[in-house]
Amino acid sequence: MNYEQLIKETAEKDPRFVVMTAENRALVRSLANDKALIDKGQFFDTGITEQTMIGAAAGLALRGRIPIVHALATFLTLRAFEFIRTDVGIGGLPVKLSSFVPGFLSDGNGPTHQAIEDVSLMRGIPGMQVFCPADEEDMLLMLTDIWHSPTPSYVRLNTRKTDYKHDKNFTIGKAEIISEGHHVTLLVYGMLFEETLKAKTILESSGLSVGMINMRSLKPIDEQAILNVAKNSGLLVTIEDHFQTGGLYTILAEIFLKNRMTADVLPLALNEKWYKPGLLSEVLNYEGFTGEKIAQRIMKYTKENTSLRGSAKQSHPIESV
Amino acid sequence: MNSEKIKILEERALKVREHIIRMSTDGGCFTGASLSCADLLVYLYSEFLNVNPNNLKDPERDYLFLSKGHDVPAMYGTFAELGFIEKDRLKNHLKSNDSIYWHPNRNIPGVEFHSGSLGHLPAVAMGVALDCKSKGLKNKIIVITGDGELNEGSVWETILVAHAYKLSNLTIVVDRNWFQANIATEELIPLEPLPAKFEAFGCNVQRIDGHDFNALDNAFRALPFGNEGPNVIIADTKRGKGLPSIEARADRWFCNFNATEIESLMQELHGHGKTKLESETLTVR
Repeated sequence: MNYEQLIKETAEKDPRFVVMTAENRALVRSLANDKALIDKGQFFDTGITEQTMIGAAAGLALRGRIPIVHALATFLTLRAFEFIRTDVGIGGLPVKLSSFVPGFLSDGNGPTHQAIEDVSLMRGIPGMQVFCPADEEDMLLMLTDIWHSPTPSYVRLNTRKTDYKHDKNFTIGKAEIISEGHHVTLLVYGMLFEETLKAKTILESSGLSVGMINMRSLKPIDEQAILNVAKNSGLLVTIEDHFQTGGLYTILAEIFLKNRMTADVLPLALNEKWYKPGLLSEVLNYEGFTGEKIAQRIMKYTKENTSLRGSAKQSHPIESV
Repeated sequence: MNSEKIKILEERALKVREHIIRMSTDGGCFTGASLSCADLLVYLYSEFLNVNPNNLKDPERDYLFLSKGHDVPAMYGTFAELGFIEKDRLKNHLKSNDSIYWHPNRNIPGVEFHSGSLGHLPAVAMGVALDCKSKGLKNKIIVITGDGELNEGSVWETILVAHAYKLSNLTIVVDRNWFQANIATEELIPLEPLPAKFEAFGCNVQRIDGHDFNALDNAFRALPFGNEGPNVIIADTKRGKGLPSIEARADRWFCNFNATEIESLMQELHGHGKTKLESETLTVR
């Protein structure tokens, strides 16, 4: 099963589903020639018109349809932002946004194509849910629930394959706990999952107890999972191919403030910068997001700080105000 | 249309204009833009559309989308006259106990979708048209835009797509009152020759006098104008129509009249005298 097969199967089973694309056919290529779906009004390519596609999706949703819309992540979330916010958001309509090559996945395209504020923008819309699967398997485990929920949603599509076997139980708003560790816990979403797994192994080999969480759902966020690791782990590291402002690091700040807590958190994100374009492996290396570099940055931080002295149980890094 | 029917429509439109004038105080509203499309809305809901207070959930009803949402007082007035909402509700204009404010929203029975940001509802209406066409329905989908609204690129983007999908069930009606917010359209972003622009985008176009019920009826009864693309009806209208003291004035888009002016304007609407306007002109809101 791949993304295209899942979407086809979903649409064939339920005529409410309609696949739309602003001529971003990479993941729905065969559907563009699927006469049965086209004849039933279940596939529309609107051309390079992100705004019109979103407005039309809102209109289709008014008629009881569930549009799954495709465009490059930047053009979807930025060019069409007001249409998403105003037509889909105010309307509270179940339009399902599938964003292609978000974050580091636009690798060599350059800053015009770097959707690294998408999580921030989408989670700011009332009622919009935001999901960032770790890899293809994770994404396929999540999509059916997401598409059948009555709310609008934004998914950072991720068709990369990893060897990791994910927890098959996906619940909207629940994170996947990969491991628990009292020295450091790595919180990651999306395609950086794979490199973070490598970083975890490196950190463990240096004797640390390492926890790791695949966030899966950024809105609603698994607040309890975050509070648990904040209490039980000396250092938290947020790892995201997103601006440091508005993404997971900000979400943690919001959660801790709401719960009158503080914590030692190291953000690995893009701080006030676009990333150097190139092949994905080059980008990861240059920006410090390979497993090895993630581990190095964490070790460097811990040498300069005191967070890993002993376990959390002894050092009580969380101070309730 | 026979003269009796026209008389009914004229009387109804006069009442709708009275409602608009009454909403033009205590905070005011977009009076000029509302008066220009009052006849259009009265005609459509009275004579043409298969929409009434009892079929608002019927999937085979006709749809009307008000994309130039700031003219919603004309719609509120029409809905009050045709029983979609109680007339008394209009007194709640701008009150927090109701949802009767400067732009349309779905808390008002009959409003299909909210608007306010220009250039959105052509696309939304197109989505509805795509679904209706795919189901083989014969209903009509109308979207009313302003002429100033045609500055928005999304309108033209939508027309490109509507033409590609041969959506002859979709009709764009332009309330061509010749003004955008602060200035005459032709002085800022000239639109003419407007029919040629739409035709070049693959639309079938008719241009009519938007205050002439016979002309409106002839045009709408002729829909669809073809099978290859969306229809466009350019309704030439007058901003502030019905109140000579504000007609075709750039500075009377948004009006917030005082009580004396309101009484005088009501007289003026019925052909008695001309109002001396002293209230501040609010050209941007």
